[in-house]
Amino acid sequence: MSLPGFKKPYKGDARYWPGIFIATACFFAYVYMPIIILIILSFNENRTVTVWTGFSLEWYALAFENRDIIRAATNSLIIASISSISATILATLAATRMATDKFNGKTAFNAMISLPITVPEIVPAVATLMFFASLGFTFGLGTVIIGHTIFCLPFAYLPIRARLEGMDPRMAEAAADLYANPIRAFFRVTLPQILPGVLSGLILAFIISLDDFVTTFFLGGAGSTTLPIYIFGLVRTGVTPEVNAISSLMLLLSLVLVSLSLFLGREQSR
Amino acid sequence: MRASTRPLVFRILLIGPAALAMCLFMVIPLMLMGWISIQGRDYSGGVLWGEIGFDAYTRLFFERELDGTIALNLNYFKIILRSIWLSALTMTISLVVGFPVALFMATRSQRWRAVLIFMVTLPFWTNLLVRNYAWILLLRDHGTINNTLLWLGVISEPLPLLHNQLAVAIGLTYSFMPFMVLPIYSSLEKIDFRLVEASFDLYASRWQTLKRVILPLAFPGMVAGCILVFVPSLGSYVTPELLGGGKTLMIGNLIGLQFGAARNWPFGAALGMFLLLLVLIALTSYARNYRTNAQVGK
Repeated sequence: MSLPGFKKPYKGDARYWPGIFIATACFFAYVYMPIIILIILSFNENRTVTVWTGFSLEWYALAFENRDIIRAATNSLIIASISSISATILATLAATRMATDKFNGKTAFNAMISLPITVPEIVPAVATLMFFASLGFTFGLGTVIIGHTIFCLPFAYLPIRARLEGMDPRMAEAAADLYANPIRAFFRVTLPQILPGVLSGLILAFIISLDDFVTTFFLGGAGSTTLPIYIFGLVRTGVTPEVNAISSLMLLLSLVLVSLSLFLGREQSR
Repeated sequence: MRASTRPLVFRILLIGPAALAMCLFMVIPLMLMGWISIQGRDYSGGVLWGEIGFDAYTRLFFERELDGTIALNLNYFKIILRSIWLSALTMTISLVVGFPVALFMATRSQRWRAVLIFMVTLPFWTNLLVRNYAWILLLRDHGTINNTLLWLGVISEPLPLLHNQLAVAIGLTYSFMPFMVLPIYSSLEKIDFRLVEASFDLYASRWQTLKRVILPLAFPGMVAGCILVFVPSLGSYVTPELLGGGKTLMIGNLIGLQFGAARNWPFGAALGMFLLLLVLIALTSYARNYRTNAQVGK
């Protein structure tokens, strides 16, 4: 039997252990089957959703004609763009110092910036809800953007800091020795080197924001309905083919963006 | 002038904005949540400031009757126990399924490893809501699984697959499985597989090799994976909301309810603090474990 990745037959070789190939095949079937079924059903012409009767693009056409969907998609893009860009700027600024400096409170800062990935999202979401409500904020796009910027921060920060730590610090020193002021040194020397990391972090933050449900649900208000919120509302009332179409589009968008981000990440590690 | 002559100014200017944002919109709200959890409840949805008491916490176990007597009520505590049970179940299933997958990945060639890591990571970045919704399509009464079984003649009427604990466990496992596979993979990847060969040369069986050589070396990754699956499962909101029914509420949904229909902010805040505490216990136990392992490693 020749399977991909197998090299030489040897009984004691862990590569040949019984079951691990089958377990892995089952695992990937489990992981990808629901997604594939969802995409297939989105092209089904039948309204009953689960019985396949024929190919149709009707539901995509309906989705694109639906004003609410267009508005939700616009909101999603506005929120994701502003939040991911703000988070990336904050993260890049902080990472440039965090990668080189040693000071008291460095661990505390790292712990603080990782809070959104260590604490289950529902907790900061309701905590921020109470915070904004106590301050008398109006819930809407603004509050959602603040919430998203915060949980996007670690996703932008970690790849950028990793890239900076891999950089030769003598480069920036050389720039300084050649009378470049710190701002000039950053834009001419540091930034070009970390740019793939910054873009990769930006895209990841964008995807995370685009896909978010919990924070948007609790910090949102009138006029801040995003695609996930819209889908959630439809799903609760019942499964419709339009949901399959929008969901498939969202999946596709995430897949394209994450492939792009991982590709950039790979380029930088070479 | 060298850039390092004014480090403090640059540090404050550059790290400051991110630190300020995190303090203002993360740390302070969490502290406020702790404060609100000991305030009085405003029935119109809000807080009666200054009426300090621990009503919200006692509500977890007791209930105040209309006549003012206090009676034991474990309904809320049951939801907490269920959340812990479902998260532990998710963690166990992920570990049992994830380990062979990680072992398979770690024993491939460099080229295949990169492809497999990509394939494991990819679904994680897709929309959680959509991934859980896809399971509704599969598990519904006239969903793909039931239709297939009916068509095959295995069953005569649809099985109730949706809106129960099993559906939630499937959804949670599906959502967080990559967090189990990747850390186990990264510990297995570091293993020198000549050790495995040596074990066979010394007439160990496959089982003995697994137990004595591979598992001890993979242990740190397994612990990390368990924490990384357990914590988000415990605080999950979307999966039980979509795949569970009214009888499979988890802590996250109970918290959410307090800010919607139930309008009980102090209780919601207390539940939030409780969830934070559970997460903290899980993380510190991991940190301690990790330290012990690091010492053993030396």
